[in-house]
Amino acid sequence: MEFFNTLIFLLDSTIRLSVPLLLAALAGLYAERSGVFDIGLEGKMLAGAFAAGAAAAISGSAWAGLLAAVGIAVFLSLVHGFASITHRGNQIVSGVAINFIAAGSTIILGQAWFAQGGRTPSLGGDARFGSIQLPFAEALSGVPLVGDLYSDLLSGHSLIAYIAFLLVPFTWWVLFRTRFGLRLRAVGENPAAVDTAGISVAWLRYRAVICTGVLTGLAGTYLALSQNAGFVKDMTAGRGFIALAALIFAKWRPVPVMFACLLFGFLDAFSIRVQGTGLPLIGHVPVQFMQALPYILTVVLLAGFIGRAEPPRAGGIPYVKER
Amino acid sequence: MSAPYAKLPAWADYGLIPLINLTVAFIVAGLVVLLIGENPLRAAVILIDGAVGRGQSIAYTLYYATSFIFTGLAVAVAFHCGLFNIGGEGQAYIGGLGVALVCLTFDSILPWWLTFPIAIAGAALFGAAWAFIPAYLQARRGSHIVITTIMFNFIAASLMVYLLVNVLKPAGSQAPQTRTFLEGGQLPKLNWLLEALGLSVRSSPFNLSFLLALLAAFLVWLLIWRTRLGYEIRTRGHSAKAARYAGVSETRIIVITMLVSGALAGMMALNPVMGDQNRLAIDFVSGAGFVGIAVALMGRSHPAGIVPAAILFGILYQGGAELAFEMPGISRDMIVIIQGLVILFAGALEHMFRPGIQGLFASLSPRSIAVEAKQGERA
Repeated sequence: MEFFNTLIFLLDSTIRLSVPLLLAALAGLYAERSGVFDIGLEGKMLAGAFAAGAAAAISGSAWAGLLAAVGIAVFLSLVHGFASITHRGNQIVSGVAINFIAAGSTIILGQAWFAQGGRTPSLGGDARFGSIQLPFAEALSGVPLVGDLYSDLLSGHSLIAYIAFLLVPFTWWVLFRTRFGLRLRAVGENPAAVDTAGISVAWLRYRAVICTGVLTGLAGTYLALSQNAGFVKDMTAGRGFIALAALIFAKWRPVPVMFACLLFGFLDAFSIRVQGTGLPLIGHVPVQFMQALPYILTVVLLAGFIGRAEPPRAGGIPYVKER
Repeated sequence: MSAPYAKLPAWADYGLIPLINLTVAFIVAGLVVLLIGENPLRAAVILIDGAVGRGQSIAYTLYYATSFIFTGLAVAVAFHCGLFNIGGEGQAYIGGLGVALVCLTFDSILPWWLTFPIAIAGAALFGAAWAFIPAYLQARRGSHIVITTIMFNFIAASLMVYLLVNVLKPAGSQAPQTRTFLEGGQLPKLNWLLEALGLSVRSSPFNLSFLLALLAAFLVWLLIWRTRLGYEIRTRGHSAKAARYAGVSETRIIVITMLVSGALAGMMALNPVMGDQNRLAIDFVSGAGFVGIAVALMGRSHPAGIVPAAILFGILYQGGAELAFEMPGISRDMIVIIQGLVILFAGALEHMFRPGIQGLFASLSPRSIAVEAKQGERA
């Protein structure tokens, strides 16, 4: 029974830790499927978290925080789009720039506005997206197995966590069952063909990066208003890059993205859990190894040893109309 | 297929446009300063005075610039081959391991001038080794080098924390760092050089690796523009197809370029590890690998541009530290914003002002542009 409780606890933290990864990875999915590489997920998530923390602290409303986070993340996405779609700049360079701008300005503005060493004031109550009890969770909590799975594992997460997981089938539906999705995938594979069909490549790609902005804003909001009670400096701590890794790991497909994020979230939860203690069979595993594991796995995948990760063919290449 | 943009006179291409881009970046940075309620002009004065006002501060500025020259060159060499090496941070971190192992081994038996060349080799070797795997994977398996080098930055960070905490930390010590190197593992300071110019320097970390950085800049120029290998690197950078057609082995050229790039990034570690702190500490690179991206973009990947760009970032680093004393609202993180803006305007948006400037040139002297355009058509 103790093993079972540990497992439930572990899976519960897996879900909590994979939500920001999932949102950021789905965000990246939209942009990259349309042929715009985005390594600025980290920066947009960070800026979103800061905006959420700041707006929620000032207004006292979590919804205002969410709105601010989405607003700023979309703005940064549009900067990325302006550089890489309109001006045909290097998409990697633009993403790197956005990461730095976000990293620096969240600290500078946070210190200037709140003077708490780069944090935003601690939030509570309505200023956060607290946990939601699913219906009957209370009643079922006594039932063995079902109660544990339903009441402890599935119930009690924040609204954004549920939205994140619902976004997986939604994204699949958008990308593979709608006209917009078909065009979005086409523009990432062969923009010239889409252009020939009389559809604006630039406008399609702009819409894709706006989707990316909305989702990274959500991811930032989750970090600042659900997982924590406010913004802490550099709180994304590389999650944007792990999300990028998950996206590649899942070969740019929505449902595998969810499993990749759950896997990386599990590794994170596991390394927190076993910190300092040994494992059966393997013995002591250094916590640093566990932290590096998502990155190592991604490199191994990229090397083509566990299947091949084929990026969208037009990814990273600015589209130049034939003249 | 025509190139997206017509040609401009060289001085406009290499002087005017970068200058305009840079100016816009600093104007936007000034707006951020305004946003937090400080006067940007006063901030600029304090920053510049704090960086070059006294001999002491000049020494610090050049100390920071040393690191940025190395990392800037590392990024630039890869750029010439059409590769984006974001892994400078990790390569420099691992390079520090090479420096530390050499210094810990030889510092008690050899004088510094014998340890130094071995440490250079160690730094270059370890940095290059860390770049080798991404390079090989790009060349042979087509893994995107941007992603693999990012992943390798994180892996390097975990590896170094593990090594410092579990292996390199002397017994009985709490801080995750190696023991302090003895005299044989310490580079001499260059303060006398500034004092010879009539400046007074009390104590600063400005050390011999600055001269090594300048030498490296010269050697990179020699490599890229005056050797056959450099020609092959540039050919591949311009057109991978053309290089393949000309019989340049893609695997070989990618791997060699990345080894040079990684070695340069690794050598950055000499400056803080052997020149200043005299021990290997956690996170000693502190972003210098990323500053290299901004430096390379600003310097247009040419050593003659990289050295001044690195000194400019040295000014920002040193001046930014002084600025933090004078204006409590501004910390050194301001530099991170400026760095991001420079990368954005000098890198991703480098063509933003080009059409406007072309229009201006066309209206001033229509003939020169017309001739250029005709040449462009023929090519």
